[in-house]
Amino acid sequence: MIAFFLALGVLTVSGGMAVLAGRNSRLATCWGVSGALVGCLAGLAPAIQVLMGSAGFSFRSAWDVPYGEFYLAIDPLTAWFLLPVFGVSALAAVYSSEYLRPFGERQSLGPIFGWFNILIASMALVVAARNAVLFLVAWEVMSLASFFLVTFEDEREEVREAGWTYLVATHLGTAFLFVLFTLLGRQAGSMNFDQFSAISSMPSVLTAVLFLLALVGFGTKAGFMPLHVWLPEAHPAAPSHVSAVMSGVMIKLGIYGILRTLTFLGPPPAWWGQTFLMIGMTSGVLGVVFALSQHDLKRLLAYHSVENIGIIALGLGIGLLGHSKGQPVMSWLGFGGALLHVLNHSLFKALLFLGAGSVLHATGTRELDRLGGLLKTMPWTAFTFLVGAMAICGLPPFNGFVSEWLIYVGGFRGFLEFTTRSGMWLGLGIAALALIGGLAAACFAKAFGTVFLGSPRESRAHPLHEAGPAMLIPMMVLVGSCLAIGLWPHRVVQFMMPAISGIYNETPSLNIEGMASALAGLMMVSATAALFLCITLALVVLRRLSLSNRPISQTVTWDCGYTAPAASMQYTAASFAQPLVRLFQSVLRTQSHEQAPAGYFPASARLTSHTPDVATAYLFLPLFAKVRRGLEGLRWLQQGRVQLYLLYIFITLVVLLVWKLGV
Amino acid sequence: MAQGIDLILVLAMLLNFLVLGSSRLRACIRAVAFQGVLLSILPLLLHQGDLAVHMVALSAGMLALKGVLFPWLLLRTLRDGSMRAEIEPLIGFTASLLVGAVATVVAFVLSSRLPSLPSMTSSLLVPAAMTTLLISLVVLVSRTKALTQVLGYLMLENGIFLFGLTLVQSMPLLVELGVLLDLFAGVFIMGIVIYHISREFDHIDTYHLTTLKG
Repeated sequence: MIAFFLALGVLTVSGGMAVLAGRNSRLATCWGVSGALVGCLAGLAPAIQVLMGSAGFSFRSAWDVPYGEFYLAIDPLTAWFLLPVFGVSALAAVYSSEYLRPFGERQSLGPIFGWFNILIASMALVVAARNAVLFLVAWEVMSLASFFLVTFEDEREEVREAGWTYLVATHLGTAFLFVLFTLLGRQAGSMNFDQFSAISSMPSVLTAVLFLLALVGFGTKAGFMPLHVWLPEAHPAAPSHVSAVMSGVMIKLGIYGILRTLTFLGPPPAWWGQTFLMIGMTSGVLGVVFALSQHDLKRLLAYHSVENIGIIALGLGIGLLGHSKGQPVMSWLGFGGALLHVLNHSLFKALLFLGAGSVLHATGTRELDRLGGLLKTMPWTAFTFLVGAMAICGLPPFNGFVSEWLIYVGGFRGFLEFTTRSGMWLGLGIAALALIGGLAAACFAKAFGTVFLGSPRESRAHPLHEAGPAMLIPMMVLVGSCLAIGLWPHRVVQFMMPAISGIYNETPSLNIEGMASALAGLMMVSATAALFLCITLALVVLRRLSLSNRPISQTVTWDCGYTAPAASMQYTAASFAQPLVRLFQSVLRTQSHEQAPAGYFPASARLTSHTPDVATAYLFLPLFAKVRRGLEGLRWLQQGRVQLYLLYIFITLVVLLVWKLGV
Repeated sequence: MAQGIDLILVLAMLLNFLVLGSSRLRACIRAVAFQGVLLSILPLLLHQGDLAVHMVALSAGMLALKGVLFPWLLLRTLRDGSMRAEIEPLIGFTASLLVGAVATVVAFVLSSRLPSLPSMTSSLLVPAAMTTLLISLVVLVSRTKALTQVLGYLMLENGIFLFGLTLVQSMPLLVELGVLLDLFAGVFIMGIVIYHISREFDHIDTYHLTTLKG
């Protein structure tokens, strides 16, 4: 526990020092990055210790806040979430030291390093808090810190817009959490989490309400469809290393919140699992479909976060369904897949956002149709992005495959076991997962192909440069982690065992009937991945050898038999995705504006397309407009006169006094 | 001793009426300042047992801020702002006095319903506090000049201070210091606002702030 407090202390102090360093951007960078590194390494130690099997830590101390207690604990579930919190954040901090350098010439870097370290500390506090008041405080600090990080480039209009969207969304979500914890606190007679789990029995209506409250409150942070609206706004607006942490780590804390709440609510009824399956299907499929139609690299990645949260929700659904139907192996596989995907997504999504950041850093644009041919100038970034893309599509030998495989196996187990409605849900879930995988592969073929392959679509004044070591090393570490989990899934799953059993207090055991056969498959996964890697390496070596003594000539990528091929003749991102986008036109509602070529020798023609977020356009904007219209009627209260407002206070005070004292 | 306390409290209450009934800004500022000075004596009289250091500090701080610094600042603003030293209230002086009288009655009735604390040394303390609070709100509501608003807030703080005295033994010094600090910052901000209002609009009537409404 001392190491954990050391981590929190170092992060806060170094953040403060970075702010004090202010305009001196070199000093601020130094404080911020070194503090984040030291703090995160110190924080990782207890997390790993707990996952290795040592007893959990806990710390409690009185706190002046009403109903509050400074109660922290690290159990396996917390420790599992601490891994991405500290691990990915540390890498992102190293990356930021170089990424933010150009900004340092224009504005002070103190605040961004300060808020970044505070964000890490607050995320760690969120997962370690065992008191509802402390949890909410940490949760709110986390939301505010990330808001200030999103609005780093606040001189741009769209960044301010994104910041507001995020702030409104996160606060609406937190409002649900307030109700959730207040109701739980009233049942338990205390705001401590251990009292929450000790609640003996609750009316089933109340548990249902609490479950739904948690679903909306935490789901807003996690980004379940249709509560995801802030993700595609905030992630592109934030600096890339912040997007990596927010998308990779912060939204997972929504999943953590849901898991933690499940531990309070007792045995789950079957409809919870079905609800999660439904959420998983909609978020997953719609997330990837919307990603397909995007033209902005970081916006595309943001929609992929929605998709991956959907996959995690599918895993949770399978886990819950298995638990409620008394199928321990299935429950284990579902929760295991979900938890592993939490870690995996934090690795490959951070990798992809950092890669997108390097592209943005070098070219200054996120527009897919203005990029191209970067493979030649930025080979290392291209390589890491490719690895991230393969991992997110769930292709072996990388980590995404392992977690999706666990979810598949869990789903099939249930599908073969149940014949009723649950079986149907599971079948649909499996089909959705397969569809998500396919569409994700299509989407990343588009993203990788447009950005890195072909030839540059725009001529640039300066020659492009590869990212420097401070940006490449964190990405290489992430590549290594993705590969390691893909090659040794068996070890990772053993590591994860106490975290899974922590959800429903089962004894961690490999002895349950059927578990051994389920896990034997992991060895196959591992072997196949290794074989695949060997074959690839062999092919590469073979190519090198066979080309070694021959003359090699180079030519443009897209020649296509033209006499004078131009870069604009290449496939664009939009044209690549067009068949699939048209297929899903009913949900996407892509708007195109075209100026068709006219005459025998057309001079100009244009085609632009734009896909607004369906939830924003058809759900939230009309809803907010309605609320606004409803509240119009209260405008007469607002006269803009100080005296009148004071009169309201005066009248309220007197009425309350008279009412309370019973005159 | 008890008579002295009661005398101070009655005087403080009467000063409220002076503020309500006077048309001269200068007189109002002096009245509020005098009220502050009177109240700053109270902690010294009200203490039970030994005179604690923090009570003396509180008393001195109160005297310095409300008796000297704030009146000086306000009088200076009045002089530099070259504003008319008359008050133009939203409701007339007679009506204000009547409302003040009603507020006093309400305050007395209400405070008789409040549970009394064992540490209360004077039965007038709570009614005086409540009266000051209510009348300060009347001033805040019925006067339009920014300067009279500041006076209203000062009176409001006086009322809060009086309430605090009922708990004088247990009231943490920090709370009272916090309130004083709030007020200090508040008066400064108001001073700046007044300065800017008078510079921008050639008057310091908050009534005209409505033009800022969206």
